[in-house]
Amino acid sequence: MSLSSEIAGPELTPDAPPPPKGVDVTGRSPGQLARARLRRDRVALISGGALLFFLLIAILAPLIEWAYGVGPYEQFQGKLRLSDGMPLGYAGGISGDHWFGLEPGSGRDIFIRLIYGIRTSLFIAIAAALLTSFMGITLGILAGYLGGWVDAVIGWITDFALALPFLIFALAVMPTFELRFYGPRDAVPTWFRVVVLIAIFAAFGWTGMTRLVRGQVISLREREFVDAARASGAGLGHMLFRQLLPNLWAPILVSFSLAVPAYVTGEAALSFLNIGIRDPTPDFGAMIFRSIDYLQGDPAYVFFPGITIFVLVLAFNLFGDALRDALDPKSSR
Amino acid sequence: MGRFLIKRLLSAALTLFAVSVVSFLMFFALPRDPVTGMCPKNCNPERLERVRQELGLRDPKIEQYAAYMKGIFVGRDLGSAQGGRCDAPCLGYSYVNSEAVTDTLARVLPVTLSIVIPAAILWLALGVGLGMVSALRRGTWVDRLAIGFSLTGASMQLYFTGAVLLIVFVYQLKILPTPHYTPIFDNPVDWARGLVLAWVALAFLFSAIYARLARAQMLETLSEDFVRTARAKGLAKRKVYGRHALRAAITPLVTIAGLDVGAALGGTVITETTFGIQGLGRTAVYAVRGGDLPMIMATVLIAAVFVVLANVVVDLLYAAIDPRVRLG
Repeated sequence: MSLSSEIAGPELTPDAPPPPKGVDVTGRSPGQLARARLRRDRVALISGGALLFFLLIAILAPLIEWAYGVGPYEQFQGKLRLSDGMPLGYAGGISGDHWFGLEPGSGRDIFIRLIYGIRTSLFIAIAAALLTSFMGITLGILAGYLGGWVDAVIGWITDFALALPFLIFALAVMPTFELRFYGPRDAVPTWFRVVVLIAIFAAFGWTGMTRLVRGQVISLREREFVDAARASGAGLGHMLFRQLLPNLWAPILVSFSLAVPAYVTGEAALSFLNIGIRDPTPDFGAMIFRSIDYLQGDPAYVFFPGITIFVLVLAFNLFGDALRDALDPKSSR
Repeated sequence: MGRFLIKRLLSAALTLFAVSVVSFLMFFALPRDPVTGMCPKNCNPERLERVRQELGLRDPKIEQYAAYMKGIFVGRDLGSAQGGRCDAPCLGYSYVNSEAVTDTLARVLPVTLSIVIPAAILWLALGVGLGMVSALRRGTWVDRLAIGFSLTGASMQLYFTGAVLLIVFVYQLKILPTPHYTPIFDNPVDWARGLVLAWVALAFLFSAIYARLARAQMLETLSEDFVRTARAKGLAKRKVYGRHALRAAITPLVTIAGLDVGAALGGTVITETTFGIQGLGRTAVYAVRGGDLPMIMATVLIAAVFVVLANVVVDLLYAAIDPRVRLG
């Protein structure tokens, strides 16, 4: 594959020996190298394709609902057994009308609920990852560059946030917030839960990115280009965001791509504990929470959300790893 | 060493103090009135007011916090409605369970310990062993199998693995009983049979992560000069890999293992919920659902204590394993 067409052309000194025939010796920027490596990496291509697929599903969910002809809240009580509410037919009622079967008890279609579940899950995870990355980058770059008491204070807050037990704290905070804004008998709207979930992830998740960025900035701080910029009178904002930040994109990108699956997992875990998103809003965690009660009678129910979340998280993890390999200058692949 | 220990313990105490203040403010100072949750629908207002007085909810927040802390260190009197005298590690009285919080904790803590400690032994042995083997047999089918295992395991969700295990071993094959807790001293066989699925589910997830880390660490160590030197001076492979390299490779793993075990002791919430075992984590979930504030506060504090203590232990272990670490 030739990349030479993408850049201005070889800039060799006149004395340099002519390049051997058929060998491309054009200088390539780190970004181009990374892209070339990614394109050659089969795992990266497949996992990247899977991610694109999931993102498209999340965006196009209403279109899929229209084509499929069944909504996520529609109930098909007529297709459940009257005595115990189990779906009729094999493997949880799989049929041409209901590709993944029906939920026992409520009789809702599992396929379309999964489609909308991907939407819920990815929206929360990506929003949380963006927010924590933004906080982490700002705090980390400040702590690393300024050092001194700023660094000490941010470091201590990081340690403190890490000492808080995330799951139990989130468990306790969620209902407290709900009661703060809504009465004990009011219905809490889903958007409010989504906002609180993202806020909880933000409150706990910024520490990793902060530590990463801080460490990188400390190693860059004493380099010549920083001295040069400082000597020519660059202001703090220019220093941080024009000089230092462009050098940090690689680790930030990798960390971001690994943060998204972590939030997918975290959100599902909270919803599994019936603390995050709740039934009837379509969500992986909430679906699995319901399915635990039906393990014995309808084992197929747990499989679809379980497998979907597994594939989603696996694709993100594989892609994050591939990205790390591609962006690592030491990597020889 | 002594100075380091004191410094470390002081900073740990400071962190715990901050955690206690923040969680106290969060749970006791927010407008949610704990009394309403304790009382069924038609409680008369006078009775509610008396309970509030007894609980000290009308006192200033600082006094409430001081009383709570005093209870933890020297014990305090809680009044007749809350079981009277509450001895030294007093964490309050739970109206929902109608007993002192410490009594509940004493009952559920052994359950969580029984889940976490065997699981941790299992996942460390499996994870480090697998990582070592795949690093030493790099590029072979053993390595590829181990990588596949760790990628799959790290993306599996605990509740899904747990559900699959339950379906297969309990509901379909019927070779294991529904998970439950039997004290180990009553009947060790029942104890193991009741908890083995929880161990396997936890170990599957964590050993995958550890195998990956151990492999990367081991590969890095194997390329270092001291390993080559050891080989060159004629030491046996077994000795070089098993002693020299392993020791250097597992040092970073100790940190992560310490923190993971600490966090797990603070409540294996998901595992306990999936398998329906009543340990610390599930108690916390129930406390949250029931609005049982003293219980929530206690579980948060205990979990934080485990995390912070694990941090201290890790720092000390580090010094023992890695000769390059100088304490001072």
